[in-house]
Amino acid sequence: MTTATLDRAAHSRDEGHYGFRTVAQMEWLKLRSVRSTWWTLLVFAAGMIGLAILILAHQHWATMSAADRASFDPTNDSYAGLAIGQLALGVLGVLAVTSEFSSGMIRATFAAAPRRPLVLAAKAAIVAAVTLVAGEILAFVAFGIGEAVLKNPAPHASLGQPGVLRAVLMAGAYPALIALIGLGLGALIRHTAGAISAVVGVLFVLPLILVPLGTSLQNSIGQFLPMVIAENSLTAVKPVAHSLSPGVGLALLCGYAAAALVAGGWALARRDA
Amino acid sequence: MIEARGLVKRYGSTTAVDHLSFDVQPGTVTGFLGPNGAGKSTTMRMILGLDRPDAGTARVNGKSYHELRWPLREVGALLEAKAFHPGRSARAHLTALAVSNDLPRQRVDEVLEITGMGPAANRRAGKFSLGMAQRLGIAAALLGDPAVLLLDEPVNGLDPEGIRWIRGLLKNLAAHGRTVLISSHLISEVAQTADQLIVIGRGRLLAQTTVAELSARSTSLEEAFFQLTEGSTEYSTSYEANYGTNYPLRRVS
Repeated sequence: MTTATLDRAAHSRDEGHYGFRTVAQMEWLKLRSVRSTWWTLLVFAAGMIGLAILILAHQHWATMSAADRASFDPTNDSYAGLAIGQLALGVLGVLAVTSEFSSGMIRATFAAAPRRPLVLAAKAAIVAAVTLVAGEILAFVAFGIGEAVLKNPAPHASLGQPGVLRAVLMAGAYPALIALIGLGLGALIRHTAGAISAVVGVLFVLPLILVPLGTSLQNSIGQFLPMVIAENSLTAVKPVAHSLSPGVGLALLCGYAAAALVAGGWALARRDA
Repeated sequence: MIEARGLVKRYGSTTAVDHLSFDVQPGTVTGFLGPNGAGKSTTMRMILGLDRPDAGTARVNGKSYHELRWPLREVGALLEAKAFHPGRSARAHLTALAVSNDLPRQRVDEVLEITGMGPAANRRAGKFSLGMAQRLGIAAALLGDPAVLLLDEPVNGLDPEGIRWIRGLLKNLAAHGRTVLISSHLISEVAQTADQLIVIGRGRLLAQTTVAELSARSTSLEEAFFQLTEGSTEYSTSYEANYGTNYPLRRVS
């Protein structure tokens, strides 16, 4: 029986070769067949919805100062959950590669597909697709729930108002870009704890380091930090001082993600697996 | 067919593989032997393109590993037990690898059956015993029905029935024209399966020979192996040379 089965080679050996399509299929099956993917997506959803409710259900227009009323941006306030959500999807990106190093799976992957930058590109495409879909869905859901729990007479935002749809779409794209930064850092660092620490460092620690440097440095450097771009550029409908325009902010984040992936791909190709 | 030519791998100041050249022929099982730390696993990783040699080349079917069009259809490898995500099922692990090389999904069921993993196919692989993990690794190596197989310590963790099974499987693969290289540090185990031998120590080739020729060199195959690898271990054997196993012991009863 064994002989018969082993001899039945039912595939053509001469046609084609492995490539982006087949490797991306592998990466899709890998990503969806581990629980951590679904846990991180669940934490992302809970964070996005939970904080939108928490912030907007507790806005008391009647007691707000005139300055607070002037700067009140209900769209922006729908995305308080990005602070948690970005970390959840950053971890998803990190784990997509570091879990392979910690388990030894990476050697099976590279034996199946020896071109390592191709493997990382396929991982990036799958991670980007999954996190972008999740990000956009949750961006619309958080916006809708946030506006629903916001009590009158506070002004409400709607998708038809200028800049609101743009803010919602960019809010959904932001965590996907953080996931790609996590993937690149994971490929560079290889260890789960180290790579997650690096993501936390970029997202949460860098802004804190700027605080003692004084307001002027904080304003000039701070606007280039991912989380500040998310809060003050991407999801802001009312312009915030000392911040990049939404388009420039998004382009810069894409640049960060590309830089992390290039560094990660270079490290994968150069170092032994 | 596997050809290694002048392979060198250094880690800092230590040379793990030192100008190693050998051929592995199809149609026979070749044992790849040497004491712990001799460089067997490093050599196998270099053949698979996982580690980059500092010098020399390794070719599989006349091509470097990176040139293979469908790597899993040409080379099957078992490098370490438990080289899989512990949370993924055996079937999901094999399916992911299969699609990367455009292999039909029905092939996953076939290798699960061949390795006896059918009943455990949907269990999380992290819960497997070492023997089951080893069977899953062998299933992965067989996925593409490759002409070349490299198995690092394939009997590791298998129970006696499993060991008998893998011996038969490897002999069968070789009898059907495949190139089979299995590493081990146990000459007695390898002699049960292999005809050809490549013996290395401290990264250098000590002998490329046959089981029959090696055992004719001394009173027994094991004795001949120890004479060959003497002085090639990374650990010290001087204490053993002085005392044997009769070192001074406190009597306890």
